[in-house]
Amino acid sequence: MKSGSKLESILTKGVFAVTAQLGLPKENDVTVIETKAEWLKENVDAIGVPDNQHAVVRICSMAGAAVLVRMGVEPIMHVVTRDRNRIAMQSDLLGATALGIKNVFCVTGDHQSLGNQVDSKNVYDLDSVQLIDCFRTMRDKGTLLGGTERIERDLGLFIGGAANPFADPLALHVIGLAKKIAAGVDFIQTQSVFDMDRFKEWMGMVRDRGLHENVYIMAGVTPLRSAEMARSMNERMPGMTIPETLIDRMAKAQKPDEEGIRICVDHIEELKEVPGLRGLHITAVGWEDRIGQIVEMAGLLPRPMAT
Amino acid sequence: MIKVEQKPLDEILGFLEPYKKIVLVGCNACAAVCHAGGEKEVGILAAAIRMARKKAGQTLDILECCSPRQCEPEFVEELKEKVDDAEAILSIACGVGVQTVAERFSDVPVYPGINTMFLGETERMGVWVERCQACGHCILHLTGGLCPIARCAKQLLNGPCGGSQNGRCEINRDVPCVWHEIYDRLVAIGQVQVLEQFVPAKKWGTESRHAGPRTLTREDLKR
Amino acid sequence: MTSFVPRIVAFCCDKSGYVAADRAGRLGSSLPGSLEIIRVPCAGRVDVIHVLQAIEQGADGVLVFACHEDNCHSLTGNRIVQARIDQVHRLMEDIGLERERLELRHVASTNGAKFAQIVERKFQELETLGPSPVR
Repeated sequence: MKSGSKLESILTKGVFAVTAQLGLPKENDVTVIETKAEWLKENVDAIGVPDNQHAVVRICSMAGAAVLVRMGVEPIMHVVTRDRNRIAMQSDLLGATALGIKNVFCVTGDHQSLGNQVDSKNVYDLDSVQLIDCFRTMRDKGTLLGGTERIERDLGLFIGGAANPFADPLALHVIGLAKKIAAGVDFIQTQSVFDMDRFKEWMGMVRDRGLHENVYIMAGVTPLRSAEMARSMNERMPGMTIPETLIDRMAKAQKPDEEGIRICVDHIEELKEVPGLRGLHITAVGWEDRIGQIVEMAGLLPRPMAT
Repeated sequence: MIKVEQKPLDEILGFLEPYKKIVLVGCNACAAVCHAGGEKEVGILAAAIRMARKKAGQTLDILECCSPRQCEPEFVEELKEKVDDAEAILSIACGVGVQTVAERFSDVPVYPGINTMFLGETERMGVWVERCQACGHCILHLTGGLCPIARCAKQLLNGPCGGSQNGRCEINRDVPCVWHEIYDRLVAIGQVQVLEQFVPAKKWGTESRHAGPRTLTREDLKR
Repeated sequence: MTSFVPRIVAFCCDKSGYVAADRAGRLGSSLPGSLEIIRVPCAGRVDVIHVLQAIEQGADGVLVFACHEDNCHSLTGNRIVQARIDQVHRLMEDIGLERERLELRHVASTNGAKFAQIVERKFQELETLGPSPVR
């Protein structure tokens, strides 16, 4: 095993994995993290902590992940190329693994113009593919990027990356996935699935290239709370497309939040049957207390214990 | 060419407040092509400055001139007589021209009347678009002739990010996603397999813009 | 008591304003003595610098006469000059000059009466506005 993490064990054993997103606070308030972690810890295998998502300044992912480790809960730390150069990211990886963090999720990051510090300078010293390659180099070759600076101690690391089945042209993004796999990514989490047909089309192309055998693919899901939320997500969030039929269903529902959870559970049931799919990643930011209910309704409880 | 745009008039007037006699020097190369700093624009700006000053009850004597190319020391030398007579210089060339003038006439304050914007192409009359960031290591052979350093908001080298939607960039739906365009171009020229190649991390700190001010030398041409 | 007599410069194109001005004269319309007509082959020939020079050299108001929409004998001269007039208006705002001092008007070559009316109106408007602050 590359890291010995709970997430890695579960995926390696062929169990359908479940992870969830924990939104970090804009204040240095550890209790927010602890409260959310309590809601999630029995219901998921690992918890993803995004880093300044949407370019909005929040407590950093490493701090959030360290709090989870302290609580005995397994984190997935996010590393975002928008804000850190290769010196910082390699340094962060040494720090993270020293603190007991084993899973990392490597992403480019939303452009700073979308956030709350719009005048900031780009970093993007590496793109997400180069970052995956960099972390793989540190773990498997025992050197920093460039190959000459040795790292003596072993780095246990399970490397994740993102994929978007809803972008176009589809073929181009499938090439991107293949490149991440070649660069060393161990698991992939996709953008949240609302358009099931499109997702299955993408999975078909992924299977055609045999990519599902070289990486653990986990589908993203998000419960909708209201029709307005759905419309707003379509507007604001890069890479997101929610079909009109779903928005309609939400608009007509008596209790939209329950309808949203129902839709989410239906999707999960369907996703469990998709060949090549190895798990789920649930994002319900601001709504993390309902994730347990979703996992239970989808028949995915109890979660297996760590080995 | 270098694309530039004139600074707002009140900013320029702010620079010129202490002076009674200045030289206004334009450039007939890039700045003229953008209709921002050529001979014609020298005349327009000089008239505007004089009228604004007159309205404020002051005068300003402006010696108007224009270099063929303000980044060439030989052309800048030709300004000597005019500069000898003046208290300050206002240059409406790009940042390079301003600095070349400031270097030659180092005991006279030199002010920029222009904001230098980018290296670009004329998309159509009156519209200029950024195309190159002088990164020092051209990879246009890998991208079908479209530059991701200049045209991708995140300078990605291995394909688009997840925010690319309907061929548009996540920063603004008016901005095309250059990786989508690169894909289409490579398909059109039968080179889409190039996209499967991993492009390693760029050497920003040694071979590019972040390595400090760069110098280019041709030994065979040095005098 | 000195009374202010506005000086107006009118750029008149060969196919519209210039002929209309001539007609106005023949009709007996009185045009102000302080009107100066500058003949141009097409309104599209009038550039930003010409208007600025007119103002800097003492015009209280500037009129530019062009053919009606779709009637420009050079096809797009009247549209080109519109964009330039807009540019000068922006500059005038930066300088602190009232935008009414510059106006683009469309007139048919046959309409001497309209030409005279436009000039008269501008003259009265400028009497109220006062002399150009950069005169």
